[in-house]
Amino acid sequence: MTKIAVMSGKGGTGKTTAVASMAWYSDGLVLADCDVDAANLALTMKGRLRTKDDYKGALKAVIDEKLCVECGKCEANCAFGAISDFRVVDIHCEGCGACRVVCPAGAVRMELRKSGEVLVLDTDRGPMAYAELQPGESNSGKLVTLVRRLADDLSESDGLDTVLIDGPPGTGCPAIASITGVDLILAITEPSRSGEHDLMRLIELAHHFSIPICVAVNKWDLHPGVTREIEESCRRQEVMVVGRIPYDPNVNKAIKAMRPLPSQFPDSPAALELHRIWKEVISRAKDRRGSGLVLKLE
Amino acid sequence: MACALALALDRPMTFLDCDVEGANAHLFLGPEMLSREEVFVPYPIIDANRCDSCGKCVEECQFGAMIRLGKKVKLMSNLCHGCGVCRLVCPKAAITMAGRPVGIVHSGNAGLMRFYCGELRTGEALSVPIIRKIKEQRDDLVIIDCPPGTSCPAVESVEGSDFALLVTEPTPFGEHDLRGMITVCRRLEVPCGVVINRSSEDDGIIEALCKAEGVPILMRIPFDRKVAEAYAKGGTLLEAMPGIKDRLLDMFLEIRGLRR
Repeated sequence: MTKIAVMSGKGGTGKTTAVASMAWYSDGLVLADCDVDAANLALTMKGRLRTKDDYKGALKAVIDEKLCVECGKCEANCAFGAISDFRVVDIHCEGCGACRVVCPAGAVRMELRKSGEVLVLDTDRGPMAYAELQPGESNSGKLVTLVRRLADDLSESDGLDTVLIDGPPGTGCPAIASITGVDLILAITEPSRSGEHDLMRLIELAHHFSIPICVAVNKWDLHPGVTREIEESCRRQEVMVVGRIPYDPNVNKAIKAMRPLPSQFPDSPAALELHRIWKEVISRAKDRRGSGLVLKLE
Repeated sequence: MACALALALDRPMTFLDCDVEGANAHLFLGPEMLSREEVFVPYPIIDANRCDSCGKCVEECQFGAMIRLGKKVKLMSNLCHGCGVCRLVCPKAAITMAGRPVGIVHSGNAGLMRFYCGELRTGEALSVPIIRKIKEQRDDLVIIDCPPGTSCPAVESVEGSDFALLVTEPTPFGEHDLRGMITVCRRLEVPCGVVINRSSEDDGIIEALCKAEGVPILMRIPFDRKVAEAYAKGGTLLEAMPGIKDRLLDMFLEIRGLRR
């Protein structure tokens, strides 16, 4: 199995557009949308629903007021400030169960609640695993791990070797869960100070976990000077720059049409460059197969 | 948008950059950094002499952070949320809690502003404790630059605000994610309004959602390659779009009328 994660650090640099386009050029793969807070790939890669399951990821404490003796031990031992006036504030409860453990009256029970859905679509390039986390829910790292596992299972069951991951922004919990065990990270950045800054943090994260990473600069011609600086910074970090995607108004049109860029504008400059990047990335990932470090995150 | 609004207002306030996984506001506001404070989260230390590997802590830890390795119990520190349930259930009192550094809060001044931002240690998963630390600041006027997404970091950043300004773009992606954020604001009982970035003649997809949800559209920033180029150079919206300052000030007055 060859696993590639498309990441960025900064949000809105074009990950989903890149993933949908590269998937279009592949002859069959498994897709995994790991941006579970803001799952957008399904909006572009339309397909038929294969499976849909509830994600019960929210363990929450519930205090039975009939049994509660109002001793306040739960509040004193809650590390998350999730109890006030002998009631649980759901949005802060992380489900650790400390309140249940300390309650002398047995008034606290833990409830597993639905916090999202996990889905598989059959797109015309292969199956796609993704999830919709209910807004405001926590545990997105755990849900990412679940989507990843589902994608791995699909790779086995459907006999498709490549898993392409559309990752979340940032460098925290869901980002770490998205890159663990992949053969290669493709970082999509843009020539801005914030794009560069967040890319460097992502490169640091990749190095921290010893995962190979390469970079493509999207909309590079909006500021060729900053693009060159980013490429220079990458070179200093011994990170390969695999492509420069030009600013292309067709990208926005394709997003609005909710289709992958090459399906609408096969000869557009951005599509052609993404095709070249895909060939480069897939051959690099296959060379490095199995070299990624596996980190358990649940 | 957060930086442009702060610069347009140009008055004493506190600016909090809560996007600790990708802190960028300092690049636009250029604060003079004066101090740094380490942020700690509690984590358990296991006294190997007292621990008899009964496994109670492994059983009770909801985050899979305690694992049994042969006859020993080991902590996977990057999974630990610091809840302390392991200490509470240990029959041998073998566990004490200590502090583990997860990041840093930097602070300084930018003009009339007090400025705070956070930095997550590379490889650390949890940004919420850092956001919580940043949000300890109080002032008459506080502008918070929030992280993307709709899960814990975004919730923590928005909670307790008088108003949330939601910046979106007129695409199906923007609409999908904006819908989630409006839901979060409802759950937190924070009133909200929308700014459409990269606005074009065709903002219908966002207009329809805002109408259905009863959320006002407060500003539209036209799609313009020149704006994108100015941003790439490290300029703020104020530099990229002359004339926007008055519109930002008008919007601020409107927000004062809409706030909680």
